[in-house]
Amino acid sequence: MLGFIVRRAMQSAVAIIGLLVLVFVLTRLTGDPAALFLPLDSSLEARQEFNRLNGFDRPIYLQFLTYLGDLARFEFGMSLRQNRPAMEVALQAFPHTLQLAVIAISLATFFAVVVGSIAAARPGGLFDRVASLVSLAGASAPDFWVAIVGVMIFAVGLDLLPTSGTGGPLYWIMPIGVLVLRPFGLLVQVVRGTMIGVLSTPYVKTARAKGVSPTVIIFKHGLRNAVLPVITVAGDLAASLVNGAVVVETIFGWPGIGKLMIDAIIQRDFAVVQSTILVTACAIFILNIAIDLAYALLDPRIRRQTT
Amino acid sequence: MSEIIITAAPPAPRFAGLRTTWRYLVRDKFALVAVGFLVLLVLAAIFGPMLIGELATRPGLRQRNLAPFSFAHDWTYFLGADTLGRSIIARLLVGAQNTLGIAFAAVVVATLVGGTLGLIAGYTQRLYGAAILRLADIIMSFPSLLLALIVLYLLGPSVTNLVFVLAFTRIPIYLRTTRAEVMELRQRMFVQAAKSMGAGHLRIVLRHIAPLTIPTLVTIAAIDFAAVILAESALSFLGLGIQPPEFTWGAMVATGRGYLQSAWWISFWPGLLIMLTTLSLNIVASWARTAADPQQRWRLQKLQRSPR
Amino acid sequence: MNPSPILSVEGLTVDFLSDAAPLRAVDNVSFAVAPGETLCILGESGSGKSVSSSTILDILDCPPAEIVAGRIVFEGRDMGTLGPAERRDINGRRIAMIFQDPLAHLNPVYTVGWQICEVFETHGVCRGEEARRRAVELLGHVGIAEPASRMDQYPHEFSGGQRQRIMIAMAIALKPSLLIADEPTTALDVSVQAQILDLLRDLQREFGMALILITHDLEVAASMADRIVVMKAGKIVEQGPAREVFTAPQHDYTRKLMSALPAEPAAGADRRSKSERGETLLVVKGLTKTYELPKSMFGKARSLLAVEDVSFSVSQGETLGIVGESGSGKSTVARMLLRLNEPTAGQAFYRGQDIFALDPSEMLALRRKVQMVFQDPYGSMNPRMDVFTIISEPWLIHKDILPKAQWRARVAELLELVGLQPDCMGRHIHQFSGGQRQRIAIARALASDPELLVCDEAVSALDVSIQAQVIDLLADLRNRLGLSYIFITHDLPIVRHFADRIIVMRNGRIVESAPTESLFGSPKAEYTRMLLAAVPQPKWSR
Repeated sequence: MLGFIVRRAMQSAVAIIGLLVLVFVLTRLTGDPAALFLPLDSSLEARQEFNRLNGFDRPIYLQFLTYLGDLARFEFGMSLRQNRPAMEVALQAFPHTLQLAVIAISLATFFAVVVGSIAAARPGGLFDRVASLVSLAGASAPDFWVAIVGVMIFAVGLDLLPTSGTGGPLYWIMPIGVLVLRPFGLLVQVVRGTMIGVLSTPYVKTARAKGVSPTVIIFKHGLRNAVLPVITVAGDLAASLVNGAVVVETIFGWPGIGKLMIDAIIQRDFAVVQSTILVTACAIFILNIAIDLAYALLDPRIRRQTT
Repeated sequence: MSEIIITAAPPAPRFAGLRTTWRYLVRDKFALVAVGFLVLLVLAAIFGPMLIGELATRPGLRQRNLAPFSFAHDWTYFLGADTLGRSIIARLLVGAQNTLGIAFAAVVVATLVGGTLGLIAGYTQRLYGAAILRLADIIMSFPSLLLALIVLYLLGPSVTNLVFVLAFTRIPIYLRTTRAEVMELRQRMFVQAAKSMGAGHLRIVLRHIAPLTIPTLVTIAAIDFAAVILAESALSFLGLGIQPPEFTWGAMVATGRGYLQSAWWISFWPGLLIMLTTLSLNIVASWARTAADPQQRWRLQKLQRSPR
Repeated sequence: MNPSPILSVEGLTVDFLSDAAPLRAVDNVSFAVAPGETLCILGESGSGKSVSSSTILDILDCPPAEIVAGRIVFEGRDMGTLGPAERRDINGRRIAMIFQDPLAHLNPVYTVGWQICEVFETHGVCRGEEARRRAVELLGHVGIAEPASRMDQYPHEFSGGQRQRIMIAMAIALKPSLLIADEPTTALDVSVQAQILDLLRDLQREFGMALILITHDLEVAASMADRIVVMKAGKIVEQGPAREVFTAPQHDYTRKLMSALPAEPAAGADRRSKSERGETLLVVKGLTKTYELPKSMFGKARSLLAVEDVSFSVSQGETLGIVGESGSGKSTVARMLLRLNEPTAGQAFYRGQDIFALDPSEMLALRRKVQMVFQDPYGSMNPRMDVFTIISEPWLIHKDILPKAQWRARVAELLELVGLQPDCMGRHIHQFSGGQRQRIAIARALASDPELLVCDEAVSALDVSIQAQVIDLLADLRNRLGLSYIFITHDLPIVRHFADRIIVMRNGRIVESAPTESLFGSPKAEYTRMLLAAVPQPKWSR
C-alpha cells in the first residue's frame, strides 16, 4: 500500500514539476519577460534595469537554475500591487476557495448519488426522464451566465440576496448554488450510467437468483460497485471546480484564489500568478493522492495488489 | 466437389442505417428537438451574417437600449438592441458564427493532433510513447480553464491563440482515448493475423487500426464540442478570449454585465443561446450513447408484440 | 419411476422485442423434472436454453424480453400467480442457480464469505456468527481447503474451479430442491470440469436435488443426464431418456449432433492423412520462452517460464496435434513459430533455414509458406473490410504472388474451395456465421499458397456440429493440396481422428509425444492418462 502511494505521489510530483517548467519555458521563450512582469506603461530604461536586476540577460540555463532554486525555497518574489510576498497573498486567498469547493463538491456528490441511484432503478421512468433533463441542463449551463441571471433575479429583481462580497450565510447561497451546478449535472449522469451498467452485470443476476430484494440489490450490490467510478469522476470534478471558482469568485467578488489569479493577470502581477499556480497545483496534488487512497481502500482488487 | 456450398445469410444492416437512426430519433422527442435546433443554428450561423451581418455593427440612435418584444421597429430588433442601438439578433448571428467557428476549429485540431499522438503512443511501446502520455497527464492534472488563462496571458489573446489554447487543453482527452483503443486493437486477432501475413507496421496502423478508432474519435469530438463552447465562452467572458471588435456569445455576456439593471437582455440572450446549444449537444450525445449500446437500444425502439 | 414432477414448464414462449418483428427466443417449450432427477437441456448457442432457465427463476429482463405464453409450476404452485416477494422467496431457498462464468457472477467487492452469508440473511435463516459458521461448513463441503481463512478473501483471489465451487456452495446453502446449472463447466479446463461434475453428482445424491443442467457439450450431457431435452432455435426438437436420445436419435438435427461426437468411431472415421509422409518441413529444437514479470517496488525481478525446451518436427502432409490445458504454453509455441513472439532460446528450422535468424526479407518470404488460422473467427478478421479485401490482403503485402487482374477470379476460386459461394465476396464479415467466418479465415490463409498451416484452437469457438464440418474441410484440403498442419487444441477427443501424431503439453513442457493410435491406446504419461480419464463417460455405460 505504501509503495503504491509513494509511486502515485512521485507521478504527481513529476506533473507539478512539468507544469512549472512549462511556465518557465513560456515566460522566458515567448519574448521579453519584462513585458510580462512590468506594467505595460513602464519605460524602456525601467525594463532594461528590470532585466538586469532579475538576471534575464543571463544565459537561459543559468536562469533556469535560479528559477528552480527560488522554487525550492518557495521564493516567488513580491507582489507588484500589494507589496507583500506573492506566496503570502496566494495562501491568504486559498482558504476562501477551499471552503467553497469542499461545500460544493460534497453537496453535488451527495445529491447526485441519491438522484442518480433512484433514476437508475427505473430507467425510462418519469423520475429518470426529469432527472436526466435537469442534470443535462446543469452540465451544459455556462456558469458565468447562470451567476449573472441569478444576480439579476435574486439580487436586483427580488432583492433577496446580496449581489457580491462575503459575510453571513446569505452571501454563500449564490456562489455555492452556481458552483454546484455543473459537478452535480455531470455526476448524476455518471452515477446513473454506472448504476445501470452495474445492475445489468452477471453478479446482480446472481443476487436475484439468490432471492435478494431489489432495494438491497441497488444499495448493497449496486452502489458499492458504482461508487468506484463515481469517486474518480468526483475527484476530477473537484479539481476542475477551480475553473468554476475563477468565474464565480470574479462575479460575486469572493476573495479566493480564482479571483486573485484573474486580478493578477489583468494587473500583470506575475509573481502572484506564479504563486497561485503553485498553490493550486499542490492542492490538486494532495487531492489526487486522497482519491487514489480512497480507491485503493474501496476496491479489494487494488487493495490486495498494493499491500 | 462433395461439400455442401453454404450461402451467407441475407445482408443485414451493419450499423443502424439512416432510416433506423431516424426512427430512433423520433422516439426520443428531446433529441429530435435538439437536433432540429442544432441544424437551424448551424444554418443560421452560416447564412445569417451574410444576410443581416452589417446590422451587427451599425449603431442606431433611435434603438439605443431598445427593450425586447417590441414591434415598433424592424423584426431584427425583436430581441432588443444594445447600448449603441445595434440589433441583438444580428449580433447573435455573427456571434454564433464566431463561437461555433472557433469551437469547431479547436475540436478539429484537438482531434487530429490528439488522435495522431494517441495512435503513436498506443502502438509503439517505446520511450517517446510514454513521454507523450506523461505530457498528457501534466496537462490533464491542471484545471483546463486556468491552464488556458495562463497560456493566453503569456502568449497574448488572439483568435489563433484562442483556438490553439482550447485545442491544447482538450488534446489529452483524445490522446488517452485513442491510445487506450489502439492498445486494445493491437492485441486483437486480426492485427495478429495481419502480422503473421507479413504486414508492416505502417500497413497495420493505417489499414487495420486507424480506421477503427474513427467512430470513437467522432463521438468524443461531438460531446467535446459542448465543453469547448463553454470554455471559449468563459475565457471570452473573462476578457482573455476573443478581443474587440470581434466578439462571441461569451464576450457579449461580458459586455452586457455592466447594464444588468437597465438592459438585462444584452447579456441574457447570448447566455441563453450558449446554454441551449450545449444542452442540445449533450442531449444528442446522450441519445447517441443509448442508440449505440446494444443492451440499451431497445428503449428507443417501438417494441412490436406478437399477436396472441 | 415417474413420480409427480417437482417442476413443470408448460408451453413456455418468450419473445425478444425490438423494432422489427419480435424474435422468438423460446417457442412453446414444455418439460418437467422429477425430484432427484437430472435433466439436461442440450443445445448450441442461440437455441434458447439459457432463456428458458432464466424464466424459471424470473430473472429475465422484461422488456426487452416478453413472456408471451406458458405456465411454470413448481412444487404444485403456479409461479405466475405469486406476488413478487413470494416469488423471490423461492429463489435461493427452493430453486438455486449456478452460471457459466463464476468470476463475473460473483460480486467483486465483497468477500466470498459475505456473499454466502447473504443467502442465509436474505431468507431470514440466521445471521452473524451462526451464518458464518454455516458458510465455513459449506465451503469445506464443496472442497475448498482451509475454508475458515479463505472466507474473507475476494473472488479474484480464487482459481476458476474454486470460484465455481463457491458458486455451488452458495446455491446449496439452503438445500434447494432444484438446482439449475447453466453451462457450469464451459470455461474450465477438462480436468477441473471432471471435478466439478463429480461434485455436482455427489451433492445431488446427498441432498436428493433435482438438477437441470444446461450445456452445449455432448459429453457432459451424456455423463450427467437421466433425461435429455434437445433444443434448436427456441424449439424442443427431441426429448427422452438420455440413453435413447444418444444411441437412437429420432430427429435429423439430433442425429447430426450425435455424429459430431468424437467418441463415436462411426463419425468421419478417418480424417487422418492418407498420403505418404514427405520430406521434413519443420524441425524445432529446444524452444524456450520466459517472460520477465514486472518487478514489484522492493521485490526481485521474477520470470515466468511459459515454454521450456520444446522440440518436435513436422513432415510434409503430416498433421501434428498439440494438446494442453490453458497455461500449458501451446499457443506460445505457435506464436513463436510465426514470430509473433520472440523466443528466449531454441531454434526452428524450416526447410533447413533457422526461422529465428532470418533477415526481414527472408522472413517475409517465409510468411507466405507458413500461415496461421486463429481461434476466434469473430476477431481474426478486420470488421471493416469485405471478404474480397480480407482474402486479397496477402497479395497486397506479397506483391509478386498474383497480378491484380486475377485477384477476383482467384478469390472466387478460394471461396469455392472452402465451401462458400463466390458471390459473397462483397459482404462484410459480420454477415456470416461462426463456421462461415472460419472458412473465410482458412481461405485467407490459403491465399499465399502456404505449405504449413498453424491452427490455434481453430474450432474451439464453434458449435459442436460446426466443429466437425470445419475439421472435415481441413482434412479435405490437406489431402488435396498436400498441406501440413500444426493443430493446437485443449480438446483431446477432437484430434483423435484428425492428427497423425500428438504432443501433450503441460506447464510449458512436453509430457508425451506419440503417434495418435498409441497415445490413445497406451498413454505413457500420468498426465495424459488423467486427461483421457477426464473426458466424461456416458452415465449409462458406467
